[in-house]
Amino acid sequence: MSQKNTGRKLPPFKILSTTAILGYGFPESSFRKGLSRKPDLIAADAGSTDPGPYYLGAGKSFTNRSAVKRDLRLMIKAGVQNNIPVVIGTAGGSGARPHLEWCLEIVREIAREEDLHFKLGIAYGDVDKETVKKALKEKRIKPLAFAPRLTPQVVEKSENIVAQMGVEPFIKLLQEGCQVVVAGRSYDPAVFAALPISLGYDPGLALHLGKILECAAIAATPGSGSDCALGILEDDSFILEALSPERKFTPQSAAAHTLYEKSDPYELPGPGGLINLRECSFEDIGRGRVRVRGSRFVPAEKYWVKLEGVRLTGYRSVSLAGVRDPIMISKIDSILQAVEDRARDIMKIKPEEGRIFFHVYGKNGVMGELEPVKKTASHELGLVIEAIGRSQEEADALLAVTRSALLHYGYEGRIATAGNLAFPFSPSDVAMGKVYEFSIYHLMQVEDPAFFRTETEEL
Amino acid sequence: MTAKTRITRKNKKNILRVARVIRSKNSGPFELTLDIMFRDRRHFDLFREKKIITARKIARLYRIPESDVLKVVYFEPSQAIKITMKRKIPSGAPGDTDIYGAQQHVPLFDLSF
Repeated sequence: MSQKNTGRKLPPFKILSTTAILGYGFPESSFRKGLSRKPDLIAADAGSTDPGPYYLGAGKSFTNRSAVKRDLRLMIKAGVQNNIPVVIGTAGGSGARPHLEWCLEIVREIAREEDLHFKLGIAYGDVDKETVKKALKEKRIKPLAFAPRLTPQVVEKSENIVAQMGVEPFIKLLQEGCQVVVAGRSYDPAVFAALPISLGYDPGLALHLGKILECAAIAATPGSGSDCALGILEDDSFILEALSPERKFTPQSAAAHTLYEKSDPYELPGPGGLINLRECSFEDIGRGRVRVRGSRFVPAEKYWVKLEGVRLTGYRSVSLAGVRDPIMISKIDSILQAVEDRARDIMKIKPEEGRIFFHVYGKNGVMGELEPVKKTASHELGLVIEAIGRSQEEADALLAVTRSALLHYGYEGRIATAGNLAFPFSPSDVAMGKVYEFSIYHLMQVEDPAFFRTETEEL
Repeated sequence: MTAKTRITRKNKKNILRVARVIRSKNSGPFELTLDIMFRDRRHFDLFREKKIITARKIARLYRIPESDVLKVVYFEPSQAIKITMKRKIPSGAPGDTDIYGAQQHVPLFDLSF
């Protein structure tokens, strides 16, 4: 990130962001309008940790294949035909090797079907366990807020460890002449900022613009994650522009987006440094456009990347049921506790071997312990009975015993003696498979920001 | 409730009368972040000057230890207050109830000033 503008005036650099997450879709009319502005880059972020740890651990995408293919087809076709680079970050949703390969397969399919020929750049976001353990030993790892302690044992148990790459691997591939770049786990703004930074645009502005564009039109008003947005990077500022008539950017909408999913809106840390927004201003320049100035990139003394990893914690089974009896509802907490005790006693299962959770909707199903309302006023409750075991068989068995114990539990004052639960479905139990939890959410210091493995392929 | 407290309550305004947006969301799997955006500059300034929202107040509303509140930031460009706190259970870990953390904002509705 050393290339700095050397005084010559740079032409406006236009970035077409298609959608908040690849596969969320976008109107073709917005996309065409964006293309008519002759963008210098078409890009989209494809990932998030928001849907939870399962997808990273299982190597599966949380987005739909046909939907991703539809979005990619439009982007790649337009990019290749008009010689505009197309960049995709955090392929497959979580950006580990299986996710990246899933996305690459789609890209190759599109190239074949549309008879498109181009140079494809691939950047892997994976970090092998030995690298993490070595960094741990050399004290080059630090936890992010509230993350659990990382030990070599935890690293060993973690699956699909990835690091968020910064702009460097993208720049490397783009400079090698790749028309389309598909990357594993990426720092979202890097997907948009890499090319302009390599051309000499200010990194603070480029990354802040990337931070907004990674959510496409979410930062416009009315916001939408399924619509395109255009960002125009200039020497000393950038402009945000919506591409469908019902949307516009306002200083308020653009500034508000800076808050979204961040812990501190003034300082946004990323690979190699942070974006400082203390001097940042948002100005309405008419026709639904906003000009942003003053975003600064502050390089860190040492280059840190964010690691993400999950580990398998068990297997889950669930059952859905309802409760309508007011006598039972008035005693629900003690009944559920007694049922759990009974199920554990029957199964001879210790808490660390099998876990039982009752999600009680109508009471505290949404907020759990944080729920300030302690006594439910609801005339009916929705129950999700959840069991987590060391294998699917154990989870199924624990759930079955818990469910039947609750169905027939003779609580004090009971009048309805035929059964305590209303099941909406037969079968009542669903095996949900593997349960993962985040085990790594740490920073790792690296010497070479482009340490991520890259390769190219002629299609 | 004594006569005195009733009068104070009456004179107090609820946050919903001055906020445009109140929301919660994950900021990574281990943090929950709350945003309060104000309808107008005046109330944002008032909240900032009087420090109406503090880590202590949030801890009280959510019945959590104050040390679980990571930061409270008054963000000028969007007339907003951002509060970041520890998730009781990390996103998606056993026992979690809200993977995206998008429905954890309601205790803020009890804020009066």
